[in-house]
Amino acid sequence: MFSMQRKTFLKTLSAAALTAWTAGAFAQAPVEVPFYYPVAVGGPITKVIDGYAEAFNKAHPGVKVTPIYAGTYQETIVKALTAHKSGKPPATSVLLSTDMFTLIDEDAIAPIDDFVKTDADRAWLKGFYPAFMANSQTGGKTWGIPFQRSTVVMYYNKEAFKEAGLDPNKAPANWTELKEAARKLTKKDASGNVTQYGIQIPSTGFAYWMLQTLTTPNDVLLANEAGTQVTFDNPKVIEALDFWVHLAKDGVHPKGVVEWGTTPKDFFEKKAAIIVTTTGNLTNVKANAKFDFGVAQIAGHVKKGGSPTGGGNFYIFKKAPKEQQQAAFEFAKWITQPEHAAQWSMDSGYVAVSPAAYDTPALKKYGQEFPPALVARDQLPVSVAEFSTHENQRVTKVLNDAIQAALNGTKTSAQALKDAQREADRILRAYK
Amino acid sequence: MYASPNAGASQRAVHAWLLLLPALALLVAFTHWPAVATLIDSFHSTPRGARPAEWVGLENYVVMVEDPVFWQAVRNNLWFASATIPLSIGLALLMALWVNERMAGRTLVRMAYFTPTVLPMIAVANIWLFFYTPQYGLLEQFTGALGLPSRNWLGDPSTALACVTVVAVWKEAGFFMIFYLAALQTLNPSLKEAAAIEGASRWYFFRRVQWPLLMPTTLFVLINAVINAFRLVDHIFILTRGGPDNATTLLLYHLYEVGFKFWDTGYAAAITVVLVAVLASVALVQFFVLDKRVHYK
Repeated sequence: MFSMQRKTFLKTLSAAALTAWTAGAFAQAPVEVPFYYPVAVGGPITKVIDGYAEAFNKAHPGVKVTPIYAGTYQETIVKALTAHKSGKPPATSVLLSTDMFTLIDEDAIAPIDDFVKTDADRAWLKGFYPAFMANSQTGGKTWGIPFQRSTVVMYYNKEAFKEAGLDPNKAPANWTELKEAARKLTKKDASGNVTQYGIQIPSTGFAYWMLQTLTTPNDVLLANEAGTQVTFDNPKVIEALDFWVHLAKDGVHPKGVVEWGTTPKDFFEKKAAIIVTTTGNLTNVKANAKFDFGVAQIAGHVKKGGSPTGGGNFYIFKKAPKEQQQAAFEFAKWITQPEHAAQWSMDSGYVAVSPAAYDTPALKKYGQEFPPALVARDQLPVSVAEFSTHENQRVTKVLNDAIQAALNGTKTSAQALKDAQREADRILRAYK
Repeated sequence: MYASPNAGASQRAVHAWLLLLPALALLVAFTHWPAVATLIDSFHSTPRGARPAEWVGLENYVVMVEDPVFWQAVRNNLWFASATIPLSIGLALLMALWVNERMAGRTLVRMAYFTPTVLPMIAVANIWLFFYTPQYGLLEQFTGALGLPSRNWLGDPSTALACVTVVAVWKEAGFFMIFYLAALQTLNPSLKEAAAIEGASRWYFFRRVQWPLLMPTTLFVLINAVINAFRLVDHIFILTRGGPDNATTLLLYHLYEVGFKFWDTGYAAAITVVLVAVLASVALVQFFVLDKRVHYK
């Protein structure tokens, strides 16, 4: 990766001439840019991030970006918002794209548009996949810069497909095929206990995200773009949740609430033949699956496929000094250049954030060697924003609770979602 | 100028206050002031961005009374407390009595019992997560070998709370055992000899001699167990995150969610005040009522 970066040093050196005025303004003492980031996937991520910061600092003598590992996404936002409330926020932080409304409501972040001044800047901002920008813009402004982004895909066990008489090179493309495949893939022992479930969709923690992999193909969004109105009780949403509930009722999906964290392990142990989870698990599955596996787009229904996006954006904090904000913007811009975005995608397993990144020779080669890495990209044209509203975590919890109640059979899908709709309306009434 | 007799006394008072100052400063800064500030915050709205906090009187408390998740957390917590407190104390006492005996490998057994206390809860919860995993988890392999049907232990609201309770008991019993063991070793060995000469049975000796003499330790352990029943939520973060559908949400976990996920600090302050008030009154009752019935030497 460093030879890759050396090449880009030369490019950034010439770019540095362009931004020489900034360097000049910084004079002698370099501008310190504290940068909080979370780690949410496996691998030596802290080392990789430190390497990027070092390379950036070398190319920009007036700036010193200091990466600060801040734990999980949740821990990072707690630290960043606490720092913001004490008046000394980091210059920039990577936080969930869905935290945008929360950060706006706390008056914590500055719009990215304030820093976009040249034509080159504007072209750069237009270069991202629109699916990723959907979670980064609201009210006509851009608030986040896509960085470590993911989406949801299906992983399937090709050997199990062969055993069940299914074509291992063709994943189920719609709900009917999915249900049929899950039925064939479910195996029972002599006493009737299930030894292998056909399909598994986890429902702890990110239940709302998993529900979106069913609502998106059913052609319905869960919230409006302004984040002030949810559509939980829409019949199409109820139908989507019911599909999930019935997979479990029919015995082809584990009963009750399924743990997010152990789902990849269930796949490795051949307890589930198809799992639905984040692309962030690709490196994990590649390393640990002892059988031939396939990666496929989410099965379609009314619409062909479609998944929510996920992951984190760069945000620039409002209360940070102006020169820190500017330097943080330069850093975010630098790290999302196609070469760097491509490198980051290969290092981490995240989806590269721009089409230009997939056109770089390095990522092209990687995609040829390991085609599953391209599935997420191919799914982006039909992807939608991850569910996000004002009071995001509170509304999300209401939805998660409703999904879990339906999966456990304590409420019907319709009842659970109607209750959730009423509660969400109450929470969001202040924002209308 | 003469030194009046009062001067000596006031000088001693100053001296005393100076000696108290370091501890007092720490207590005021990190315990008493935050408690008072929380009480004040609980009567204000949550400041959001440009909107500062406003006086709202009892509104946060009204919200709490109407919050179904809060009441579920209260019910869950009472259930959790009424199971963990007697179970962990009883188990601790049993283990302490056993490893107090002379036997081969005593140190090893003591260490084994104490190990859960030493391990960090988050790491331990990750291990328990795989114990409870459906189909191939340790528990499932065990029940599977007995021919019992497969269960989704943590994913089913009827078993999830019991599962997290077991983890808490396992974690706490070893810690309380240490106190009981220390107390047992301070008991005069002649008591045991006297009881043996009198022909007292082991149960009689425990009931009439050991148990009364252990009461001060039991009171101490009981207070700790009650506080821990409301404080021990680390494993919830890993095992269930309060789910499924709030079946394992305990008060402190709910408080964390309201405060640091929903950022509703005003409402979180109100829950804190209630929690502190309840715990303080329980501790006071224990100190003043039970203390009178405890036999100190």
